[in-house]
Amino acid sequence: MPGKVHVTTVINGEKREFLCQPLQTLLDVLRDELKLTGTKEGCSNGNCGACSVILDGLLVNSCLVLGAEVEGRRIETIEGVIGQDGLHPLQKAFLENAALQCGICTPGFIMAGKALLDQKPRATEAEIRHWCAGNLCRCTGYDKIVRAVLAAEKSI
Amino acid sequence: MSTTTIEKAKYKILGTRPVRHDGVDKVTGRALYGADIQLAGMLVGKVLRSPHAHARIRSINTRRAEALEGVKAVVTGADLPEPGDQSANLGELGMVPLKHLSHNVLAVSKVLYHGHAVAAVAATSAQIAEEALKLIEVDYEVLPPVLDVLKSMKGEPALLHDDVFTDELGEKSSKPSNVASHQRFQLGDVAKGFASADHILEHEYRCATVHQGYIEPHAATAMWNADGFLTIWCTTQGAFTVRGAVHQILKMPVSKLKVIPTEIGGGFGGKIPVYGEPVAALLSLKAKRPVKVVMSRTEVFLGTGPTSGSYVKLKMGVTKDGRITAAEALLAYEAGAFPGSIVNCGGLCIFAPYHIDNVLIDMYDVVVNKPKTAAYRAPGAPNSELATECLIDEFCEKLRMDPLEFRLKNAAKEGDLQSHGIPHPKIGFIETVEAARQSEHYRSKLEGPNRGRGVASGYWLNAGLTSSAMARVNADGTVTLVEGSTDIGGSRTSIAMQLAEVLGITAEEVIPSVADTDSIGYTEVTGGSRVTFATGWAAYEAGQAIRRQMIDRVAEMWKVAAETVTLEDGIFSANGDRSKTITFKNLAETLAQKGIDIGARITVTPHAVGGAFATHIADVEVDPETGKVTVLRYTAVQDAGKAIHPSYVEGQMQGGVVQGIGWALNEEYVYNESGQMLNASFLDYRMPTSLDLPMIETIIVEVPNPGHPYGVRGVGEVPIVPPPAALSNAIYKAIGVRLRDLPMSPPKVVKALQIAKM
Amino acid sequence: MHAFDYAAPANLTEAIGLLREKGDRARVLSGGTDLIVQVREDKRQVDLVIDAKRIPELMELRFDPGKGLTLGASVPCYRLYGSPELAKAYPGLIDAAELIGGKQIQNRASFGGNLCNSSPAADSIPALIAHSAVCRIAGPEGTRDVPVENFCLGPGKNVLKGSEILVSFFIPAAPRRFGAHYIRFIPRNEMDIAVVGCGASVELTADCRKFQRARIALGAVAPTPLLVESAAAALLNQEVGEPSIERAAAAAQAAARPITDMRGTAEYRHHLVGVLTKRALRKAIERAKEA
Repeated sequence: MPGKVHVTTVINGEKREFLCQPLQTLLDVLRDELKLTGTKEGCSNGNCGACSVILDGLLVNSCLVLGAEVEGRRIETIEGVIGQDGLHPLQKAFLENAALQCGICTPGFIMAGKALLDQKPRATEAEIRHWCAGNLCRCTGYDKIVRAVLAAEKSI
Repeated sequence: MSTTTIEKAKYKILGTRPVRHDGVDKVTGRALYGADIQLAGMLVGKVLRSPHAHARIRSINTRRAEALEGVKAVVTGADLPEPGDQSANLGELGMVPLKHLSHNVLAVSKVLYHGHAVAAVAATSAQIAEEALKLIEVDYEVLPPVLDVLKSMKGEPALLHDDVFTDELGEKSSKPSNVASHQRFQLGDVAKGFASADHILEHEYRCATVHQGYIEPHAATAMWNADGFLTIWCTTQGAFTVRGAVHQILKMPVSKLKVIPTEIGGGFGGKIPVYGEPVAALLSLKAKRPVKVVMSRTEVFLGTGPTSGSYVKLKMGVTKDGRITAAEALLAYEAGAFPGSIVNCGGLCIFAPYHIDNVLIDMYDVVVNKPKTAAYRAPGAPNSELATECLIDEFCEKLRMDPLEFRLKNAAKEGDLQSHGIPHPKIGFIETVEAARQSEHYRSKLEGPNRGRGVASGYWLNAGLTSSAMARVNADGTVTLVEGSTDIGGSRTSIAMQLAEVLGITAEEVIPSVADTDSIGYTEVTGGSRVTFATGWAAYEAGQAIRRQMIDRVAEMWKVAAETVTLEDGIFSANGDRSKTITFKNLAETLAQKGIDIGARITVTPHAVGGAFATHIADVEVDPETGKVTVLRYTAVQDAGKAIHPSYVEGQMQGGVVQGIGWALNEEYVYNESGQMLNASFLDYRMPTSLDLPMIETIIVEVPNPGHPYGVRGVGEVPIVPPPAALSNAIYKAIGVRLRDLPMSPPKVVKALQIAKM
Repeated sequence: MHAFDYAAPANLTEAIGLLREKGDRARVLSGGTDLIVQVREDKRQVDLVIDAKRIPELMELRFDPGKGLTLGASVPCYRLYGSPELAKAYPGLIDAAELIGGKQIQNRASFGGNLCNSSPAADSIPALIAHSAVCRIAGPEGTRDVPVENFCLGPGKNVLKGSEILVSFFIPAAPRRFGAHYIRFIPRNEMDIAVVGCGASVELTADCRKFQRARIALGAVAPTPLLVESAAAALLNQEVGEPSIERAAAAAQAAARPITDMRGTAEYRHHLVGVLTKRALRKAIERAKEA
């Protein structure tokens, strides 16, 4: 049985260290080792985006990254998304636009939305839909999610 | 229980759009869902599943698994108490043979679908648990798989059960069969009806097996203590249903079982049955530690109930003026491995929007070697109404009649008989058709090659059933509201709003929460489009009780008769005396200071359910070379009775539409000849992504349900019903071929075009 | 899930050393979007995963407009788009980079990983073939070059020996009047594996009236991605127009050997080969005219 890997990383602006088996994904590490359960597991093979986090500024599926790979990297998870008065404009927009029903895909969508707006503050509806095609939602039909991202743009 | 209907249409809180109370937790990732539960000493549970669709279990040997270091418990079907011939009482969801419940949780003697659970392991890590599964030896005798509903009805190629006998129109037959029941609805005389028709059409419609597709896999954590008390945390649509199923399967007293529902990541009916809960409980009992069982996505597809695949044959007769004279349908629905598809709901809904005097519907519940079906949003209705809404379109073409005009001409109204002989109460079908006709979408022109517009309507019956709520006034004028409906879509806010409306306070001043089975009265599942209706009603009654108590108290304080005190806009006042007024908040504070507790505990079982109607319009463009269908524009019109929180009503409509679109165009279970599912992942079970869809326009019509204090009709389910037919009709307009076999996937479109050209 | 170990060598020599030691019990990890799923679902059993992302040569993206593009094997797709220069010179590659999976996948997945996974349906391979890309492979015995069209040997199999590693691609500079396009058919708009894929490139005469060269590659219709030389031959020196495009498409259909699986029937795939070859060529021609 291979030994555990010691990883030092920065998560949501804080230095964090952990031990993990090489076969553990970043998703496993976040949820099971670091108890950051805001990032969700929907499919474990990169097809639903519920596990989306931002790694060195890039939106990725944490189920497709090994824990060992994030040595020295910066990670942002939903737990680190915050605004000036507590909620990020995206989070506020999701609430005000009823862009969530069951909420399980919401952390993934907020990470996707944040990654998009960090790169493209004035994305169009088509661009939002294209960007978010890797995030599945089964409750909303995406309409209000897209509207929420558009609304968030106006307030950033 | 009050049945007063509020006459005035103007509400303070109802119809507004407050931010949902659980919203902040959900947008920050703080909300705890089933897989987020963490307990000290918790073990990981994993399930071994059958690789065969149909096989006898000759033996199971778990010795090597038990010996693996880190494994704390191994269980099989043999660890479940013998169900015998007992019935399980699932409350208002009816009675089912206990062995069907029990054997679905863990197979005994036979496996009946690819993915059927046969054993489970609890270990100190997921990896060890999975290693242990590989060490369990199961000796199977493979049997021929039964995969087609029509063949299955003939017993081909095999019988699944030797103890399932057809309930043939009320009489139990003596030979085992794959047909669990044959039911019939009948009105008038179809022979006469067809004789008086000028046009008769008959076609067959098929639906593949589709899954609810909730993004959160099932998760259950069980902690069985040495004192015999069992606590289960699970993601479920009904904590009381889980309690009922588990205590009966495990043959333990219900008083020793507490079910705590976590937040739930989607259900759509699929999280009503139990799967991991009894397994986690058994493992915990053996291991003497808490055990968490979380399904992988593959397990969700293989091991949980999708909805019924189906065969529907429909024949209708219409006069040259476009009046339906007769309708005859045969519905054969796949129940999966055990009896109990919702074929009778298919029969209840199939003609519900239309006034038809002569009706004959034969409904067959048929077992096949696929997972035991579970409800999926308006269960049974999309399968059957697909046929009606498509066949009507063909009549409209023959008669050169506008499809909405046809619907108005045949629309069911209050008093018209439904298929099962019960008259419709006040309904809003016509209003949805009118609104569709007036919509900007319908009046706009659709131009361009290979483009077409289709319409379809739909109905879902909605449920009433039992709900409980408890409310208590706090010293600061807020009201704590505890209710029993697990919140899949923001319902706790719509429930809170109804309480707020009664008391004249804001939605934010009500603090709702969902409680476990020890802490709230019996509440039936979150399903059947019943929560805003029934649990909202419970909250309404709690509000009324609080109102009465506070009026009595303040009347005492003011020394006036209680009948002279009113509560309006959150202010109590004694008629005619301007000096006697007090706000709700101040009275709450005053009473709290006096040590007077104001609260109510309510359980309701409302019967005046209002059914839901919808009419949808779809514009599509078809690529005739590849067969790909693009939805260009979509409008959903629906009667909500009274939209308590319009944003969430719109959300239900949009979500249902998109599931219907997926069902119509791309979703299906793909099986090989051995009955093994080939596409058990989100890669190849293709649900729509954001890039596959336009905005979904919604038009809410309000024809209040006279039975509910606020006129509420359930809204969650009917939106999934019209899309498949609307799209089929639109595709026909676009490229001239009618598709009657879901999904209408690209290869089928291309094939239909090739056949049409020949 | 078989337990594996993890190593992140800082240079090529170290990586080759590890591969030599472990042979086919080791696997190179680039973006992980295929490999991680495979090892965790026990579809591939490895004892060691070698993270290539710290090896400079595999992460290099160097464009010399006169010579060509050196694309490190582990460079994630997203680094390809966003550069107008690359979009102009290698439009087919950009097409592929933009449609593999979704954003999350494109931020990790690499063309090298895609090629080494050697799925017949891989999206980057027909595009690479259309652009005449060549693989640079390194091993204990030194380096060797293999044209991309010769790299795959069958589903999941390729020419890499146990201790070799794919280092980079070299894609020659585009000549004048060159255009390329990669197109695939999927039932949704994203996230699906290609039912059929087609990468086509054309080089036109200066007046854009005739084909000077063409390359047409198909995905998902044979055990490996296919370079269809007969389709290119059907275009050589022909007039640019629908008749020649039709002939090329027919040649492509004749060369395709699709199977029936859950993503498509042989019949449907055969039909799509014709449709997509034409569409790929039309777009490649349009781009060539603009070049």
